[in-house]
Amino acid sequence: MRPVYMVSGGITKFAKAHPEMTFQLMVKKAYDYALADIGLMHREAVDVIDGVVASYFSDHFTRQLMAGIMVQDYLGLVPKPGHRVEGGGATGGICFQEAYKSVASGVMDVCLAYGFETMSHVNTWKGNEFIALASDVNFDYPVGGFYTGYYAMMVVRHMKEFGTKVEQMALVSVKNHINAYHNPYAQKREQLTVEDVRKSPMVAWPLTRLDVCVMSDGAAVALLASEEGIRKLEKASGTKLRPVRVSGIGRGTDSMRMADRPHGKVILLPHESAGDYRNLDYPGIHSFRAGRMATKLAYEMAGIKNPLEDIDFVELHDAFTSSEIQTYEDMGLCKYGEGGKFVEAGNPFLPNIDYGVKLKKKGTIPVNPSGGLMACGHPVGATGLMQAVFAFWQIQRSIKKHFGNDLLQVRDARRGAIHSHAGTGTYVTVSILEKA
Amino acid sequence: MKKEKEAIAIPETEEGTVLFKVPFPKDLKQLKDMSPIVTLQHYGINYIHSYGQDSPFFAGLANGRLLGTRCASCGYIHVTPKLHCQQCGGECEWMELPKEGRIHTFTVCYFGSEEFLKETPFMLVLVEFAGAKTLMLSRLLGVAPSSASIDLIGKKVRPRFKRNSKFKPTDLYFVLAE
Ligand SMILES: [Zn+2]
Repeated sequence: MRPVYMVSGGITKFAKAHPEMTFQLMVKKAYDYALADIGLMHREAVDVIDGVVASYFSDHFTRQLMAGIMVQDYLGLVPKPGHRVEGGGATGGICFQEAYKSVASGVMDVCLAYGFETMSHVNTWKGNEFIALASDVNFDYPVGGFYTGYYAMMVVRHMKEFGTKVEQMALVSVKNHINAYHNPYAQKREQLTVEDVRKSPMVAWPLTRLDVCVMSDGAAVALLASEEGIRKLEKASGTKLRPVRVSGIGRGTDSMRMADRPHGKVILLPHESAGDYRNLDYPGIHSFRAGRMATKLAYEMAGIKNPLEDIDFVELHDAFTSSEIQTYEDMGLCKYGEGGKFVEAGNPFLPNIDYGVKLKKKGTIPVNPSGGLMACGHPVGATGLMQAVFAFWQIQRSIKKHFGNDLLQVRDARRGAIHSHAGTGTYVTVSILEKA
Repeated sequence: MKKEKEAIAIPETEEGTVLFKVPFPKDLKQLKDMSPIVTLQHYGINYIHSYGQDSPFFAGLANGRLLGTRCASCGYIHVTPKLHCQQCGGECEWMELPKEGRIHTFTVCYFGSEEFLKETPFMLVLVEFAGAKTLMLSRLLGVAPSSASIDLIGKKVRPRFKRNSKFKPTDLYFVLAE
């Protein structure tokens, strides 16, 4: 395998609905942004891009099979190689990694990863039904298929096992919404308090409406290249690129039915020992074994021994406040069981933003400085690529250029992790981006 | 806050209006400024869905019996049945599960997918059985949604069955045993 770099990215702002655009145009806008950012004209891009990977989750939402090729066609990138990937909520993360592999393997020098989702084409509760069809339709869906219900059951067990509190979960919502307040790409920009979150209507006990991300229309693209690809792009555009290296990828899986997850031993990260978890049945339904496996593989590849020391920020899949807390643990930001206390102490907050809460260890490792899915939105196929774009801009130190302010720029951001997650922890990807 | 504004809004429905004509500008340059045309399109299907090798589970429910599977090679118990063992790949045999389990975790759904929205609030439960590491997803009945608390975990529950089987997992539900 050879080194792979992310060289540009773009996002079509996530919104409740984009009726003025079809999905092809949504992707085109993000693509045009990415090209313009490196001074590349369309004609030149067509010459240099070797192929594409398409990401969208649900054929039910699009009601159009083979939507991937329709986007590629609209971008003017046929007859180049292309294919679509699908893996639930992790579709975008998987897409990013498949584009990585296309370049790392030497098959392509420049590969475009693009993703989108059009969730506004059905009402919210039909949308929830479509998402719930991503659970076993023989045994799970007919019982009352509802993803918020599934995650609620998981966090109830987390609360029982580790004493996690609803106020700790609410802090995740406060953090991500207030971060997003400074992000012009965010769908929801609200200054919230813990009380607002808890007083919001109950969706599935103990998760309220403000513990849950919203549905969106949106698109995102990431352009990946080899060293040779960078030379070609620089020659074509006449500009010097500011690439960011993709130094690790990891992926994990778990059984579709939560009910099937056997209880065994914790998969350990380099800075943990078996003694930490002597009496813990793992993963139970309180933890995401797929997230831990993805983390382990990505850290090994990037040479990360201790994430708190070796990573400067994380963009992770916070479809629910509870799953952000569970993911701190899967990613080894703290030990299993300590996620609630980790956020309560302030570790995943940005050091320079006022959240209206007293935080003892503010800013140890900012998590979702962008505002995450919770506030930026979650157009499924685009989400994992949105994280890649935000992480890319963080490491490029170009947040000010793209956001119009630098409040969310992580100081000295050198290395970041992105984490994409499919319900209920069935597919998870972790990728590491760092200064080239 | 925004919530309050939402609360006094007239309900939005999806009937829409049949559209025969739309305004059209003389100058084609103005076309790009026009609003998008949004139409209502129906999509409905009947599937001929087979439960395949899992069919005995549903036959069991229709006869008031709760069945799981046990691996013939390693003895691993699949409370939600699998014909092949997820631990060793061996073929499993059908077995009857104990008449009593315990609440492993639960939730109360106040909202839901469109299909289940009219049933809200309802309780989902994952039930554990002695001797098995896997669980059963079901509905929990007879518990007031307002009494949701961590204290429900570990409480004993018993399976109950619908008299008129619908051949769905909801032919089964659980109630508190004590
Ligand atoms: Zn076996």
